[in-house]
Amino acid sequence: MNILSTIYENLYYTLIYENRYMYFLKGLLNTLIMAFFACIIGIILGIILAIITDYSEKTKKLPFLSFIAKVYIGLIRGTPSLLQLMIIYYIMFRSVNINIIVVGIISFGLNSAAYVSQIIKSGIISVSFGQEEAAKMLGLNYVQTMRYIIMPQAMRNIMPALGNEFITLLKETSVAGYIGIIELTKASDIIASRTYDYFFPLFIVAIIYLILTIGLSKILNIFERKLTND
Amino acid sequence: MIEIKDLCKSYGDKEILSNINLTISDNEIVAIIGKSGCGKSTLLRCISRLENITKGSIYIDNEDINNIKDYYKKVGMVFQSFNLFENLNVLDNLILAPVKLKLMTKDEAIKKAKKYLKDINLLNKINEYPKKLSGGEKQRVAIIRALMENPKIILFDEPTSSLDPQMTQEVLELMKKLSNLNITIIVVSHEINFIKEFAQRIIYIDNKKVVSDANVIDTFNSHNESLKEFLKDIK
Repeated sequence: MNILSTIYENLYYTLIYENRYMYFLKGLLNTLIMAFFACIIGIILGIILAIITDYSEKTKKLPFLSFIAKVYIGLIRGTPSLLQLMIIYYIMFRSVNINIIVVGIISFGLNSAAYVSQIIKSGIISVSFGQEEAAKMLGLNYVQTMRYIIMPQAMRNIMPALGNEFITLLKETSVAGYIGIIELTKASDIIASRTYDYFFPLFIVAIIYLILTIGLSKILNIFERKLTND
Repeated sequence: MIEIKDLCKSYGDKEILSNINLTISDNEIVAIIGKSGCGKSTLLRCISRLENITKGSIYIDNEDINNIKDYYKKVGMVFQSFNLFENLNVLDNLILAPVKLKLMTKDEAIKKAKKYLKDINLLNKINEYPKKLSGGEKQRVAIIRALMENPKIILFDEPTSSLDPQMTQEVLELMKKLSNLNITIIVVSHEINFIKEFAQRIIYIDNKKVVSDANVIDTFNSHNESLKEFLKDIK
């Protein structure tokens, strides 16, 4: 009985007292917004980076752009995302009046693009080279070949890794609290600093992350199965 | 007409073809034979522009192939591994390129594809995806896919080497029908009995060079030791 009342009391002070659950809700919303929009930036920029490097390797054209893309991918993959976030916030946007969530979205999006580009590149490579040769012999150009032949086939191989990247991205946003964004982890930190108890806020955040990632995995699995069946 | 002049092809330091000189007339049916790894497929891939030539040049109708625009109008190719587009059904495999390249309207392309499919008794497979087709069916679809754009030359790179005897027969029957279509055909194949019946001229490549270039009768009566041994082995 004593344990139950202690749990109740802690949950009350963590969630109900002073409407503290609103921190979690705000944190959840910011986490989802950042992950969603960063994912969109990551996919769009990732496709562009992958296409530039692939096109350059196959046609020996655009060597400079390909070099820039490779340097970018190397820099992003070679440095921690927290460091990138801090550089973007404290250096690049230092004197710019910009919504802090947007800074988070840009930073995570730019980070994700480097990884997405590698996923897409490996997807393109996984499609038999004979498909490209057949398309070339039929007169299709690079863009037509990618659009109608290679990318639709690559997507099946890309989907699981792309799904994983989105889940990683969702968890990665937990470092955004360092620049003052109230995301889930930061929300638990704020509440813990008021209740002087870290267990319940962190436990609740862990549960929310788990629900999000497991839910996402399930949705992605359904999507993958549909793609495979098609 | 195809003219190959002093063609050399190397991969790094390794020379695959050395000083190949050939002329192939319009509507000629030519078979290229030789031991595995002798460079016969490489020669075909050089003509198709899938491989860059190291030295020498290839002309089609007196034009260097590297300067020919819309190369697909001149040359089509049928691959050993079929290379049908796995994400498209049979009909889309046939009409994608002609429609996207605006060679014909979609309706015209569908009409033409259906006619060809009917000719090869595969109209019932029009909506199937390649993975549902047998090897012989895939190759026959690949052949009519090459025909959809009316190329003047079709290159066959070992079209039956991954097929069992029955499927091989199906494909060879279709290839025989092509000989009436006024198309130049160059085929790399080990099907010596088929070549005997099908080709007008046989080119034998050995040790990076053209060793024999003659009509079927002269090829089989050749006194060249290497060719005699090759024909004996392949029978």
